[in-house]
Amino acid sequence: MLRQILEITVLNIRNLPARFGSSSVVVVGIGGVVGVLVAILAMGKGFESAMSRAGAPDRAIVLRGGSSGELSSFMDTNAMNIVASLPEVTGASGELFLIQDVPKRSNLSPANLAIRGVSEAAFEMHPEVRVVEGRPFEPGKAEMIAGRKAAIEFQGVDLGATMQFRQSAWTVVGFFEADGSAYESEVWVDLATAQSAFRRPGVSSMRVRLESADVVDAVARRVEEDPRLDLELRSEEDYYSEQSEALTALITNFGYAVAAIMAIGAVFAALNTMYTAVSARSVEIATLRALGFSGLPVVVSVVIEAVALAMFGGVIGAAVAYIGFNGWTVSTLAGGSFSQIAFDFAVTTDLLVLGFVWAVTLGVVGGLFPAVRAARLPIVTALRGE
Amino acid sequence: MSSVGLVWSNLFRKKVRTVLTVLSVLVAFVLFTMLRAVAVAFDSGGFGPAGVDRLQVAPKFSIIDPLLVSQMREVERVPGVDAVTHADWFGGVYQDGRNFFPKFPVSPKSYFDIYSEFTIDPEQLEAFQNTRTGAVAPAGLAARFGWQVGDKIPIEGDIYAKKDGSRLWEFDLVGTYLHGDRRDETGGGVFLFHYDYFDEAREFGQGAVGWLIVRVEEPERAAEIASEIDALFENSTNPTRTATEDEAQREFARQQGDIGLMTTGILAAVFFTILLLTGNTMAQSLRERIPELAVLKTFGFTDGRVALLVLAEAVLLCLVGGALGVGLGTATMVAIEPGLQQFLGLIEVTWDVVASAIGIALLLGLVVGSVPALAARRLAIVDALRAR
Repeated sequence: MLRQILEITVLNIRNLPARFGSSSVVVVGIGGVVGVLVAILAMGKGFESAMSRAGAPDRAIVLRGGSSGELSSFMDTNAMNIVASLPEVTGASGELFLIQDVPKRSNLSPANLAIRGVSEAAFEMHPEVRVVEGRPFEPGKAEMIAGRKAAIEFQGVDLGATMQFRQSAWTVVGFFEADGSAYESEVWVDLATAQSAFRRPGVSSMRVRLESADVVDAVARRVEEDPRLDLELRSEEDYYSEQSEALTALITNFGYAVAAIMAIGAVFAALNTMYTAVSARSVEIATLRALGFSGLPVVVSVVIEAVALAMFGGVIGAAVAYIGFNGWTVSTLAGGSFSQIAFDFAVTTDLLVLGFVWAVTLGVVGGLFPAVRAARLPIVTALRGE
Repeated sequence: MSSVGLVWSNLFRKKVRTVLTVLSVLVAFVLFTMLRAVAVAFDSGGFGPAGVDRLQVAPKFSIIDPLLVSQMREVERVPGVDAVTHADWFGGVYQDGRNFFPKFPVSPKSYFDIYSEFTIDPEQLEAFQNTRTGAVAPAGLAARFGWQVGDKIPIEGDIYAKKDGSRLWEFDLVGTYLHGDRRDETGGGVFLFHYDYFDEAREFGQGAVGWLIVRVEEPERAAEIASEIDALFENSTNPTRTATEDEAQREFARQQGDIGLMTTGILAAVFFTILLLTGNTMAQSLRERIPELAVLKTFGFTDGRVALLVLAEAVLLCLVGGALGVGLGTATMVAIEPGLQQFLGLIEVTWDVVASAIGIALLLGLVVGSVPALAARRLAIVDALRAR
């Protein structure tokens, strides 16, 4: 049986080049599905990872009760001190979060640039933030360091340039990186200088470092139950995944939906090709059957041919998605912070595997029906050549 | 047999093949219709039609900065300005974060005066004006949550708390209004409540508004009036940036990212595949029919007419697939739109989308048909018949 399958398959594959045109339809069709699927999901993955990298397990964020994000939150020094003095808290950083309209480089249309006013404590809190070009800002001066991504996305974020905000002008003195996290889409300035320039007393949020990740719930309860505080504490990881889940789900579902519709088209194309391939070879197949080959090897061999073409297409599609999109930077308006978050498409291994699985599945579906038909064709009719 | 009949029966020479080809063209156009509809909605910000005579006056540097309600009076005095009102972003959560809908504190009379396309019962508008805790909801939104006039609507403030520290805002629903577009069916639109009550009760920010909406007398002078308004506040503590409503909506949409580019990329991949597929099918069906075409020529069909027959077949195939695809795509979009609206705003398959789909189907047919048509034209009777 195996020998029969092998022989017919080899026969089929040998005359593949003769059917180059119609075979390429399967390859391109399925390649297209896989390419689009992988590319769109890579966008969702990229966004999710930029957001999740902004969180660390032993860090927590404190916001005013009921706030949906840092932008709508604020607290005064008194509240900050109460939280900072909790026994489980080993470090605290009060941060002012603002947005300003700055034109994007791509379309010159104003978009929300995130500005974070920070004190020295913030750099201890976020060790992933490293100045990679220029120098840190000097406290008390209207200077800023810009995240790599903010510099890519926004006009005027150039080393040495001055940016005009509401009633204040800030000089870009350095660029920082932060492990590819959402912080790279922000610009950081001195907290006290920002508080006076933007006339904002207090801070928007507070980041605290905890003894360990295990005490988050206990500290959260303590903050919630403290009658002096109207604050909420949650782990940074939870916070950032909450902020990203809606958009990530939207992009992912969009990717699956588009790819599924395309897949239907690709299956029709594959069916078309395989029916044609089978009917062009009906005499050969019938001859084999007359020689004693059973129906199953015929079915299997046709399916193998379809799957081989599909896999080839899948590999091409995945490769195009990887070469064309991996690392490509785009930006969008993120819900909670209402600011631009730039992120890179992330074509991960599991996405490539997923694309390959789709390709094989589509190949099986596209090959099975024509294969069964080929096997069922009455030998005599087929031999007579229709 | 007429030429049309000939084309038709040629198409059904191999039923399975034709059906499969039409189906793949159909799928391409389902995608085209839906993706274009989404891209168009994104492009306009999904807010529904913009008023050509309306301007939006926003804070110059950031939406987090306030404008002052007192700036309205100054804007009113700018020549060419017909009426001014204001609105603000309240944020807030109704029951659950997933029940999102925008909520604005407004001045009832002037708001409905400027958004004159909205319809509201005059008595309900009067009640809205006279009830401090009053609110009106779009009829579709009220239906979505089962609200009746007279209900109390509790909203948890995420930006604004009340002076007593409570974040719970309760509004009395005194009426509903209609937009006069599809938002009425899909439950979109803005929940409006009384600015005076909001301004008095809130913890901080008294006298501030989010943005002003201006109606101008002559839309042609909009740009000029916009710069006059901005000049007025250039050196004040609350400088402004004024744009037409349409431009403001587009600007917001552009912040979301280039969805247009993305959908174009996907569609390019789809149509490249379809081009290859139908092109291949057409070439194949021509090869099988070479002797028949030769017979037609023998009967006296001109080269041109034979070529045209082949071309017509390709065009018909693509047009049928395209038309069915647009139909199915539109139906699907209508079915899933309510679920998407929360993310994408108002989505409609516009006539532009339909027209461009038909145009592309025609073009696709011409492109895939032209190669076999030329081959059919060049066919020499003797060679073709000998091939038999």
